[in-house]
Amino acid sequence: MRVWKFGDDIDTDAIIPGRFLTIYDPAELAKHAFEGTRDEFAKEAREGDVVVGGSNFGCGSSREHAPLALLGAGVRIVVAKSFARIFYRNAVNTGLLPLVCPRIDEIRDGDAVSVDIAGGCIEANGKRLAVEPVPGFLKRIVDTGGLVAYAKNLDEVETCSTE
Amino acid sequence: MAATIAEKIFSQRCGRTVRAGDVVMAPVDAAMIHDITGPLAVRVFGEMGGERVYDPERIVMLFDHQVPADSIPAAENHVFMRRFAEEQGIHNYDLLEGVCHQVVMEKGRAAPGEIIVGTDSHTCTYGAAGAFATGIGSTDMGFVLKFGALYFRVPESILVEVNGTFGRRVGAKDLILSLAGDIGADGATYMALEFTGGAMREMNMAGRMTCANMAIEMGAKAGIVRPDAATWDYVTARREIEPFDLAGDPDAAYRERRHYDVTDLAPQVAVPHNVDNVVDVGEVAGTKVDQVFIGSCTNGRYEDLAEAAEVLGTADAFATGVRVIVIPASRTEYLKALRAGIIERFVEAGALVEAPCCGPCMGGAFGLLAPGEVSLSTSNRNFRGRQGSTQASVYLASPATAAASALYGEITDPREV
Ligand code: SF4
Repeated sequence: MRVWKFGDDIDTDAIIPGRFLTIYDPAELAKHAFEGTRDEFAKEAREGDVVVGGSNFGCGSSREHAPLALLGAGVRIVVAKSFARIFYRNAVNTGLLPLVCPRIDEIRDGDAVSVDIAGGCIEANGKRLAVEPVPGFLKRIVDTGGLVAYAKNLDEVETCSTE
Repeated sequence: MAATIAEKIFSQRCGRTVRAGDVVMAPVDAAMIHDITGPLAVRVFGEMGGERVYDPERIVMLFDHQVPADSIPAAENHVFMRRFAEEQGIHNYDLLEGVCHQVVMEKGRAAPGEIIVGTDSHTCTYGAAGAFATGIGSTDMGFVLKFGALYFRVPESILVEVNGTFGRRVGAKDLILSLAGDIGADGATYMALEFTGGAMREMNMAGRMTCANMAIEMGAKAGIVRPDAATWDYVTARREIEPFDLAGDPDAAYRERRHYDVTDLAPQVAVPHNVDNVVDVGEVAGTKVDQVFIGSCTNGRYEDLAEAAEVLGTADAFATGVRVIVIPASRTEYLKALRAGIIERFVEAGALVEAPCCGPCMGGAFGLLAPGEVSLSTSNRNFRGRQGSTQASVYLASPATAAASALYGEITDPREV
C-alpha cells in the first residue's frame, strides 16, 4: 500500500475530467481518474493505496464522481492538510474516509503507508503522524458505512433538530 | 441577539435561534438537479428506499450540461431523468430553458430567507436573491429527495462591504475576481460571504448573480447579497411573496469584515490554472487567444451580452483566427438579446451563437481546447483541463474584456477599445 502524493488545490476536474461524467460506475470512473494530470494513477493504483493531498483538496465541482473514481481505484482513505467542503462531505457520504493531517509535508510520494484509525494516526516514511477524526454528525455516517446505509434505516427525520 | 443573514435564515426556518457552528437538520425549500449529477441522486434515492419524493413542487429538474445530448450515454441520462420526473410528478424544464442557476432564478424558484440546495457547486448563485443556497453531492441529494431536509452546519460569515462606483467597462466580474485573488481559493471554506454596501445596492441583479455565483471559488458554502428593493422587485415579479426585512445585524459576530472600494478597480483576469491567480488586465495584455467564450451561469445574461456588444461597437469582425463562442444562459436571456439586435451583431462579426447550455464551461460537451491552445472565458473556473486538454490554458475575465480580446485576438483592456 503506497502513498499517491499530490499538491495543493487539487480540483475535481483533475480527479475526474468533465467529459467522463456520464459514467457512474466506480470501476469505470477509476479508469479515468487523474487522466491528463497523472496518467499512471489509473493503471497502477492498488487496493488500499492512500491519496495524500495538500490544502483545499477536492475544490471545485460537486460531482460525486470524484470520490467514486478514487473508491473504484481501491483508495479507501484520502489524507490532506485541508479539504474543500463539498468533496469532504461527498467522501464521507460515499464511504471514502477523509482525514485531515497538518503534517502531510513529511509524507513523500511512493511511501509505504499504514493507517491506524482507532489510534488516530497514519504511518508513512517511518513517521507516525496524527490525523484529525471526522467530526460529530458525520462520524455517525462514517460508522454506518456511508449515507445510503444510514438513510436506509430511517423512515423519517426530525426536522429542525440540532446535534 | 445580533445575527448574520445566514444565522437568521436558519433560525427562521427552524423556528428557534441557531448560531454559527450549530448542526441542524434543516428543511429544504427547493432542490435543483440536472443532467450530470441528477441521475446519481435519483439512483441513490432509490437505494435509500425512497419511493415518493418529499414534495415534487419543491424540486427543480432540468438539463443543461450536455444538451442537446452529445453522446448516447448523455441521451440515456435524459431519458432516465424524464421518466423519474413523470413518475414523481416533478415539473421538468428539460433542455428547453437554459443553464440551471439562471433558470432557478428567472423562474422565481429562489427567494429571500429560503434554504436551497442543488447538485451543483454554483448553486450559491441564488444568494443573489437573498436565499441560503449551497451545492451538495448526489448522495446528500438522495437524502433530500427522500426527507426534504439535510444536516447543515450553520456557517460563520465574512461580511464583504463594497463601496464606490465602477469605472467605465469595469463591473461585477472584476469585483468578484479581485475578491477571489484577495481571499484565496480556500479563504472562505465552510463560511458564508455576506455582500453589502453601496456598490452592491447599485448593482443590478445580473451583477449580483455573478458575485454570488463565484462565492464557491473561495471555498464558501454560500454567498448572500443583502436583499433590498431590487431583490424584492425581481422576486415579486416572479412569484407571490410578501417582502420582509432580512439584513445582518451591525453587531453580529462576523468572522471577519472586509471593505472594498471599486472606484479605481481595473479589469481583472484570473490566469491559469487557479481562480485566485488574479491580475490587472494590463499584466497579461497581449497574450494571444485561440478561443473566446462568452456565456455560462456566471456571465451569460442579457446584461453580459449587452456589455460585450457595446465593446464590439460597430466593428466589422472579430480578429481572424479567434473562435468566438457566445451562449446565452437561458432562452429568456437569448430572446432579450435577439430582440435587441445583439445576437445579430455577434453573428455578423463572426461569432458562433449556440442555444442556451453550459457549453465549453466544464469541458463536457463541445468547444474543447487542444493542447497548447489558449482560451479566454467569462465562466468561473480555469482549472487545468477544465475546458479540454490539460495542456491548454484558460483565462477568466468579464464580458467586456472578452469582447475586447476577441476583437484583437489577444487579451485586451476593454477601456482602451
Ligand atoms: S455554466 Fe459552467 S459553472 Fe455554470 S452550471 Fe454550467 S458547467 Fe457549471
